Amino acid sequence: MIESEFVPPEIDWLALAPLIVVLGAGVVGVLIEAFVPAKARRATQIVLTLAALAGGFAFVAVLWPQIVAQPVQVLGGSLTLTPFALGAQGIIAVLAFLGVLVVADRTATGQDAFAPTASAVPGTSYEDLARRSGLEQTEIYPLLLFAAGGMMLFASTDDLIVMFIALEVLSLPLYVLCATARRRRLLSQEAAAKYFLLGAFASALFIFGVALIYGFAGTVRLLEIAQRLQQGLPLEGMSVLLVAGVLLVVVGLLFKVGAVPFHAWTPDVYTGAPTPITGFMAACTKVAAVAALVQVLYRVSIGVQAVDPEIMRQLQMVIVVVAVLTMAVGTVVGSVQTDVKRLLAYSSIAHAGFLLVGVAGFNAQVQSSTLFYLIAYGIATIGAFGVVTLVRERRVTPGAGEHNGPVGDDGVVLGEATEIAQWAGLGRKAPWLTAAFALFLLSMAGIPLTAGFIAKFGAFTGATTGGLWWLAVLGVLASVVAVAFYLRLLVVMVFQRAQDDPAEPQVKLAEATPGAAPGEAEVSTSGAVSTGATTGAGATATLTTVQVTTAQRIEVTVVRSRGPAAVAIAVCALATVILGVFPSPVLALVEQASKFVP
Amino acid sequence: MFPWLTALIAWPLVGAALVGLSALGRSRTGPASAGVGLARPLALLFSLVEVALLVGAFAAFDTGAAAEHQLGATYAWIPQIGVSYAVAVDGVGLLLVALAVVLVPLVLLAAWKEQGRDEVRLRRFVGLVLLLEAFMVAVFCARDVFLFYVLFEAMLIPAYFLIGGFGQGAGRRKAAVKFLMFSLGGGLIMLAAVIALYFLGVSAGVDPSRAFLVDELVAVDLGTTAERLMFVGFFIAFAIKAPMVPVHSWLPDVAGNATPGTSTLLICVLDKVGTFGMLTLCLPLFPEASRWAAPLVIALAVISVLYGAIMAIMQTDLLRLVGWTSVSHFGFIILGIFTFTPLGTAGSSFMMLNHGLATGALFLVAGFLVSRHPEKSQKIADYSGLRSVTPVLAGTFLVAGLATLSLPGLATFVSEIMVLVGAFGGSPAGSAGWAIAAVPGVVLAAVYVLLTYQKIFTGAPAAGLEALPDLRLRERVVAAPLVVGLLVLGLVPGLALTYVDAPAEQSVALTTVDEPADDATQMGSDQ
Repeated sequence: MIESEFVPPEIDWLALAPLIVVLGAGVVGVLIEAFVPAKARRATQIVLTLAALAGGFAFVAVLWPQIVAQPVQVLGGSLTLTPFALGAQGIIAVLAFLGVLVVADRTATGQDAFAPTASAVPGTSYEDLARRSGLEQTEIYPLLLFAAGGMMLFASTDDLIVMFIALEVLSLPLYVLCATARRRRLLSQEAAAKYFLLGAFASALFIFGVALIYGFAGTVRLLEIAQRLQQGLPLEGMSVLLVAGVLLVVVGLLFKVGAVPFHAWTPDVYTGAPTPITGFMAACTKVAAVAALVQVLYRVSIGVQAVDPEIMRQLQMVIVVVAVLTMAVGTVVGSVQTDVKRLLAYSSIAHAGFLLVGVAGFNAQVQSSTLFYLIAYGIATIGAFGVVTLVRERRVTPGAGEHNGPVGDDGVVLGEATEIAQWAGLGRKAPWLTAAFALFLLSMAGIPLTAGFIAKFGAFTGATTGGLWWLAVLGVLASVVAVAFYLRLLVVMVFQRAQDDPAEPQVKLAEATPGAAPGEAEVSTSGAVSTGATTGAGATATLTTVQVTTAQRIEVTVVRSRGPAAVAIAVCALATVILGVFPSPVLALVEQASKFVP
Repeated sequence: MFPWLTALIAWPLVGAALVGLSALGRSRTGPASAGVGLARPLALLFSLVEVALLVGAFAAFDTGAAAEHQLGATYAWIPQIGVSYAVAVDGVGLLLVALAVVLVPLVLLAAWKEQGRDEVRLRRFVGLVLLLEAFMVAVFCARDVFLFYVLFEAMLIPAYFLIGGFGQGAGRRKAAVKFLMFSLGGGLIMLAAVIALYFLGVSAGVDPSRAFLVDELVAVDLGTTAERLMFVGFFIAFAIKAPMVPVHSWLPDVAGNATPGTSTLLICVLDKVGTFGMLTLCLPLFPEASRWAAPLVIALAVISVLYGAIMAIMQTDLLRLVGWTSVSHFGFIILGIFTFTPLGTAGSSFMMLNHGLATGALFLVAGFLVSRHPEKSQKIADYSGLRSVTPVLAGTFLVAGLATLSLPGLATFVSEIMVLVGAFGGSPAGSAGWAIAAVPGVVLAAVYVLLTYQKIFTGAPAAGLEALPDLRLRERVVAAPLVVGLLVLGLVPGLALTYVDAPAEQSVALTTVDEPADDATQMGSDQ
């Protein structure tokens, strides 16, 4: 062999820095599990995780001017940092940071959303003992870091094999995290199993697609594929390899995006996973998957467009059809949900559809509007799931101290109250929290003066620029349906009286308008009936009926968090408003992201 | 120059933030009457200072050039997508701003005893009212299509909470959702047209960073099909808001379930955005399409006039009745706009103001009446013979009612005659016939007003109503400015007409097809 001498590759370490920081911290986190004493472990992990994500973002910020001026390829294209990819990395780091804040939250009695040991039943003295003796699942923090690192790589690679590896790096931790819920354990494990099976299936399709593309082009690098197509690689008779390969890769990505018809896992997984994980997953995975999808589609399209516009048109048609289906299923099925987490899951599907409307426009501006959409969607999603983690059931027992679980101020705090009917009257119990949640809903619905409106405007503009004005009109119509179901939740929260609310407001109302009282009673009764019905019907609901007995009573409460979740929600709410009213600075930033199209 | 319009927009926002946000902090655990009762006085103070600002704006406005948009300010807002913060008013816009600004303190004063004594709830209530005021003022000033759209939609949120959270009917939540769905649906259709307008504007050579400015877009020649499609997009949104048959059905529900004060703001001011939008956006931006659609629009307008009046006669609920009369009156306003005569358009502009005063008075007085009933009944049949019991209330109601039926000597008479005469000589084919068809609307108005008055105020007092108190000082203070306004503008209509005549002539000139339109395109291509 001539090249027996080892030639070390030239590596731009700075370009790799965001990834190295996040993934490296993940490795350190594993070591912490082994060496740091149990008492200090959780605090160390949280600090390390947040610091790593902040550090990752800081490196992104440092790199930004350099990359905007000149994109770089590192390690032979395994990492291709375009402004778009770097932007996606930055967004993932920020959203993951906010997500980890929600994950790290604990109630006043020190419980979080995760099971301390696999066999501990929530609320028992055994669990409490396990927790006190330090048997906490602090592995979740390194797992989160690995997932975040995988996402950042996923969004910024040009090599399909590296993309596949990144896909697995981000997916495997998420499969595990889905199974760690403290309550509704079976649902959580079922969710993990479903996610794993379907995810593995999607991965298989993806890698099969990569194989076909390699068979056609002799390379797995997207830019090289585009170049070879432009140089006139023979398409006759072979185009089926390319088309089938690209479609399979796209299917694998659409699965991660959660687009119809590859969405079936979304509602179950989002419902079953611990809510903080759901928020993290819903926001960050979508960013990574959409970013990867945009890169694959646009890079391939450069080459295909030059050779055979017909194939290009068909590819666009596929995305259009998926976008329409996704919007339709997301909004229509979403509007009949009775569970807040499932509703948010369908909302996330609908948003995948709106994102694809923009992507289907196939033009450079779409890259920046997509990034903006992902920011707006991500902060609203993390905020909304953060709120869900704080709305709990509470068992009020006379003589509360005797109960076997950890006891808060008054009564035992149980799991999350995710039935929509249970959210009635939240506006009175927790005005700020409700205001924040209403803001997230309005942003998701795309009401002006929130970030969601600017985002939707960008997506529809992108489709119109691409000549798909009718798709934009369909998107607008789907938005109307979506508004209806966000509104339903809003009405319950703000206008309906809680079933466990004492009669005090009734008196006040009677004084203002006596005619209204019978209508009130009617509404709350029907609410109770529907709650009961759903409990019987689905396994999703646990203890959701409101039992007004003398022995004990379950009511809905908002737990006082130790702080981090509240901080995350506040930041998300503030960002939603600021991005809605003064989006210019951020729009200017993401606009730089579309400077280099490939 | 002092930025009057920006100040008018910002001041209520400051008030809303101060009063409203302080309410969010307290949860509702304590007894209902916590707090020091500052919410209403503070809000009233803010709204009165706003009136002072309005006086300043009137002083700065040059009535000699009422057709031009004055007191303007333009700043880049989101330059990336060509959105500007551009505000300016012509005479019509200024009158509508005045209507909004004047009605808010009256509504606050009228609602002084409503909504209980719970300070937190009150702060939210007045916070929402002030927020709505800021949005309403801003939407009448907006000279950027995107800004207009944003405000058009954002306005719905406080209105929605005012109806659903603070209404007095049992069906208030349903009414609120219905209102929001209708308006948002229309708004989103308009959004599609707004996006299209942006693209056509940019491709026609408008500077992309100013691509939503009305003044830039007026000069763009859109092409027949696109222009018509976009006209339809805008018009549906405005017709829903106006409200016009057949998309009016949210209005009676809202009127019957919201508080009279909310209804006043909503129907007398907020809904004017619909007709105002037709006048200041549809006509100048889509002149050819406006003429193309005029026959259908006029027909629907006249149907609104008659249908609204007939439905009003059949109502048993007092507040719903007032709501239906508005459907009828909005029909007149739209009729006037689409006759393309200076007289009709000026009449419509004037009528937007008058309808706000007359219907506002009617809503508020009806609200005073309902609040006196021991069971707060809104049923007309539950009242009778109140003239002898509450003479001042009866008199005020009669004046407001007579204004609604356009009695000569009151301002509404002038504007209605202007609209009808304008329509008679209107240029769209058959508009004279439609004008004649609309005349029975005037007669029907007399029927619903006088019948209602007769049922409620004449005869022997109903059992339990013999000792109702008459209008208190506070309530007289609320009713007096409206009644005085109607009388003064009826006797000296020139006070308001100086503001609307010139804009009307200009708008008619813009929609006259041949020479002026060509000039406009010439000017556009010269740039």
